[in-house]
Amino acid sequence: MYDLAALYEANSVEEAVALRLQHPEAQIIAGGTDVLVQMREGKRAGKALISIFGIDALRGVQLEADGTIRIGSLTSFSHITKDPIIQKYINVLGQAVDLVGGPQIRNAGTIGGNTCNGVTSADSASTLFAWDAVVELTGQNGIRRLPIRDFYLRAGVVDLKPDEIQTAILIPKAAYEGYFGHYIKYAMREAMDIATTGCSVNVKLSEDKKTIEDARIAYGVAGPVPMRAETAEAAAKGQPVSKETVSAFAKAVLQDVHPRDSWRASKAFREHIAVELAKRCLCESIRLAGGEL
Amino acid sequence: MAQFKEIHCTINGKPVVTVVDVRASLTDMLRNDFRLTSVKKGCEVGECGACNVIINGECFNSCLYLAAWADGKEIRTLEGLLGPNGELSDIQQAFVDEAAIQCGFCTPGFIMTAVEILESGQRYTDDELRKLLSGHLCRCTGYENILRAVRKTMEARLERQ
Amino acid sequence: MRTSVGKSIVRVDAFDKATGRAKYTDDLCDRSALVAKIVHSTVGNGLVTAVDTSEAEKIPGVVKVLTCFDVPDNPFPTAGHPWSTDPHHQDVADRLLLNRRVRYYGDDVAVVVAENEVAAVQAARAVKVSYEEYPVLLDVFDAMKEDATQLHEGFPGNILAHTGFRNGDYEKAIQEPGLICVEGWYDTPTVQHCHIENHICFAYMEAGRVIVTASTQIPHIIRRIVGQALGIPWGKVRIIKPYIGGGFGNKQDALYEPLCAWLTTQLGGRLVKLDCAREETFVSNRVRHAIRTRIISWVRPDGSFAARKIECYSNQGAYASHGHGVGAKGMNCFPQLYPCANVEGDCWTVYTNRPAAGAMRGYGIPQAMFAGESHIDDIAKTLGIPPLEYRNRFVMHQGYVDGFSKNENYYDTFRQVLEKGEAVLEYKKKYAQYQNQTGPVRRGVGCAVFWYNTAVWPISLESSSCRMVLNQDGSIQVQTGETEIGQGCDTAYSQMAADAVGIPVSDVHIVSTQDTDVTPFGLGAYASRQTYIGGFSIKQTGQLLKERILKYAQELTRMPVSNLDLQDGKIVRVPDGRVLMTLGELATEALYSMTHSEHITAESTYQIKSNAYSFGCSFAEVEVDIPLCKVKLLNMVNVHDCGTLINPALAEAQVHGGMSMAIGYGLSEELKFDPKTGRVLNNNLLDYKLSTFMDHPHLEARFVENPEPTSPYGTKALGEPPACSGAPAIRNAIFQATGVAVNQCPITPHVLFAKFQEAGLFEEV
Repeated sequence: MYDLAALYEANSVEEAVALRLQHPEAQIIAGGTDVLVQMREGKRAGKALISIFGIDALRGVQLEADGTIRIGSLTSFSHITKDPIIQKYINVLGQAVDLVGGPQIRNAGTIGGNTCNGVTSADSASTLFAWDAVVELTGQNGIRRLPIRDFYLRAGVVDLKPDEIQTAILIPKAAYEGYFGHYIKYAMREAMDIATTGCSVNVKLSEDKKTIEDARIAYGVAGPVPMRAETAEAAAKGQPVSKETVSAFAKAVLQDVHPRDSWRASKAFREHIAVELAKRCLCESIRLAGGEL
Repeated sequence: MAQFKEIHCTINGKPVVTVVDVRASLTDMLRNDFRLTSVKKGCEVGECGACNVIINGECFNSCLYLAAWADGKEIRTLEGLLGPNGELSDIQQAFVDEAAIQCGFCTPGFIMTAVEILESGQRYTDDELRKLLSGHLCRCTGYENILRAVRKTMEARLERQ
Repeated sequence: MRTSVGKSIVRVDAFDKATGRAKYTDDLCDRSALVAKIVHSTVGNGLVTAVDTSEAEKIPGVVKVLTCFDVPDNPFPTAGHPWSTDPHHQDVADRLLLNRRVRYYGDDVAVVVAENEVAAVQAARAVKVSYEEYPVLLDVFDAMKEDATQLHEGFPGNILAHTGFRNGDYEKAIQEPGLICVEGWYDTPTVQHCHIENHICFAYMEAGRVIVTASTQIPHIIRRIVGQALGIPWGKVRIIKPYIGGGFGNKQDALYEPLCAWLTTQLGGRLVKLDCAREETFVSNRVRHAIRTRIISWVRPDGSFAARKIECYSNQGAYASHGHGVGAKGMNCFPQLYPCANVEGDCWTVYTNRPAAGAMRGYGIPQAMFAGESHIDDIAKTLGIPPLEYRNRFVMHQGYVDGFSKNENYYDTFRQVLEKGEAVLEYKKKYAQYQNQTGPVRRGVGCAVFWYNTAVWPISLESSSCRMVLNQDGSIQVQTGETEIGQGCDTAYSQMAADAVGIPVSDVHIVSTQDTDVTPFGLGAYASRQTYIGGFSIKQTGQLLKERILKYAQELTRMPVSNLDLQDGKIVRVPDGRVLMTLGELATEALYSMTHSEHITAESTYQIKSNAYSFGCSFAEVEVDIPLCKVKLLNMVNVHDCGTLINPALAEAQVHGGMSMAIGYGLSEELKFDPKTGRVLNNNLLDYKLSTFMDHPHLEARFVENPEPTSPYGTKALGEPPACSGAPAIRNAIFQATGVAVNQCPITPHVLFAKFQEAGLFEEV
């Protein structure tokens, strides 16, 4: 039994928006794997819930006419991993969310929930940052789209207006075409864990595979919210595919990340791991893109 | 103020109707309303897998699933695996034969995940099986005999096909 | 005759567990039960000055709120030890049902009883407690300081107990010229049992008595402790134990049975359920003692010991529970495992503000083996002797007899198990291959041995009782006072009983439920004792039943008893082997006879005054990713000599489970504390890193079967031994791979990061 004050169930986006307006104090619940845990802990005890779990229209992955990949916000992690569009164009996202918790959690947890809870350790978030994903929000005045890095305001807080729900995550064609990526979740065990640090890299190589045309790198748990490491990206962009480039890229990461000391891991340890992950993710991304080191 | 919801769903192949307190988890509903006590409570936050059931073909920790969401769903628990004459299913028999059961508390959840794995009809490597089964904690077996039981049943089913 | 013992029969409870029908405590509790929730202290060390229950009492559905100011002043002990009629040998009685003087963050201050769970949880949150706070003492050395707050009266320096031994003359022996001194401090963590079924109990009153159904390993002991805590005659208490979802020692303690029993007495005997949440299980049940151990060895260049010394500082936490027994057991194995003429030992068990430490699988031996077997590799490295060779030369030899327990090492077990483990892992080949590696990813192999005593004689009472009842069809019910908690003793007992009586195992119906009103007196599941101890009373009672059956057969057949035998459920005339009748025919006649009706039963108690060494070893192979500070366990092998195997398949399975626990102990598990408040930071299964399915390698369990001469079935301890030597084997494998000796467990990436940095390994790779 959960200590919840009331449960309001929405079966459509319109109903959800209406319920948001009617019950501003209520918490949105999607897959439940975070909200219910927090409620039991006492953090959200006694709150009313707006369940959007029943909005089937928000499930599934589509390739839109302009090549944008549209992931409905209620799509579960396991469905993202198994989806042929994801596998074909942005497989690393499927791989990243296949590292969330365990199989049952991946059946329940949604990509919308994973991003809306605003936590830095979310396995989907760093990869979405690295893919320049766009968040689609729907409210009473229609749809609002914003880059994922603007969606995260601060730890645990995202830019969701009182009438809005998140309805999709979009990956524009320009962001993924020609890019290959790799994600490493660094955790204390191989399953049922949250990331100590997560690192997602993708690259686009020149036609001859000798030059890094573009490189993107994003982290979870390197700061209060997921983040890109721009100094590192600049250090790799336009550079030859080489061990020296990889090394310079990895070292540059330290100018971008700012993890903190906590009982889960020290700042020094997280920084050390961040550099090593940058190196390994870039090497693997280059390999996937057909480059040789 | 108490809030209730009428739930129509299928449990182990049987259509049922019940009225739940909206605060109830699916674990609460299955254990209390239907006395399906194979659904165990080990942590109530989705970390141990003891309460695992199959909903519309996929495994969920029923502790993190509101009973209200069960409306219209097809739910399967360990109790539903027995044959018409009370015979054990192949995967249950394999758990018995491979000494994959000790205290037995994690067993129902594990078997239901094994059912989802087996019903995919695919062959998996040991490493893949370990990953597919990794949503369950067991403190008695070191997972060794559980892996044996699932692998053996998978091979036997693929053989039969 | 052995027809059942030694066979891998299917567990007697397997069908019920595979179908989900096996009933555990919560499955049996009526839905009308009131729900109890405990209010835990939010300071680590202090005194409750006031409890305000007014807000809590206003919450609809709340029935009663009771506080530390309401409980009877009956200090009671909680350890699952046999009672002693000698006051000097009784466990320390330092608990009350609820405590004003709170000694750890999570201590029990008040309890709410409500009609439903939500109301109980809300009310527990609404109880306001005021404290006078004292500094928090988490480490043994802080607690032992002169100016440290005293946690319990009568224990100055917070020292619960100190014992030691002096064999030979250490000071004189170290004067020998040419000795090499190897010294190390070894630290082990506070860990929790993590059985998947949390502790739970429910209580009600019937006919003026208190009935408690509980997830416990020790029903008869719980009956005594509930009686003591409530101050009522022990016969007024009845404890029922259904199927148990694992215990591993946590449930070898009175947990919340006394409180739950008291609650029903405060509610007119109404049914009350007390179900620990996982978070409470981590903090407010029991944990394994963290022990800091210092070992000094003075060795000659050939590796032989001139003198040795051990000091153990055992972190007891807030309450005595099993107390000094755990640290002392660990310390006392030290002089035996690698015998040395001049050896000294001291063990201090110290109260701190951590959760109370009690029994946990291995009872001090995993800590002692981590220290002792890590130290052996340190010596081997110092002397340049391969660690396996070192062990083979110096570990306890055949014929060793311990003066205190009179245990004897009847076989050359250690060399046998080491040989077998070496062969399975191909240790020597890999050891050679993995010498002098470079590069970021390196492999290593390691080994460790262990010593474990079966049962608790001569420190405490060892006795077992058994009852057998013959049915009309020739089958029997068997009851013992020993307890099935998942380990499989019901199956082993069925096999033993079948052979003792002379019937097929399918004709043995073991009664798994323990009910102190009807089950013969027994002590319960602990000390890896049950197969050994239960064997005595089962054999004796089986023989008694058989005698009675044959006596009755004599009446029916007019054959002398000496010419009769019971084999495979049939009365057999021995001289010509003719089957005279089935046991079923005899039993039906005996019950319904118009001339001599008799219900044939047997019951007996056997007091055991012996004990047995159980031995074995672990081998581990690891791959260390130095830049990532990660250890991947590639292979693990355990080899055990637990005597004759009663059921090889179940024995193998039990070893897997112990190895699994050792993996967590070695690599990932530890409770973490906030240094300021003493709050446990990771009291959930996400942050407490049990090793998952994916973190396990293939586990290989092997046996050397040397029949134990003191056991009627040739058996000895296996329950705890598999958890004892795995962690140091892993540590030693990491040592070989990296050259870095890590003297603490768990060996997490955080620990390795610091150690590798210190050793300059990151620059090297």
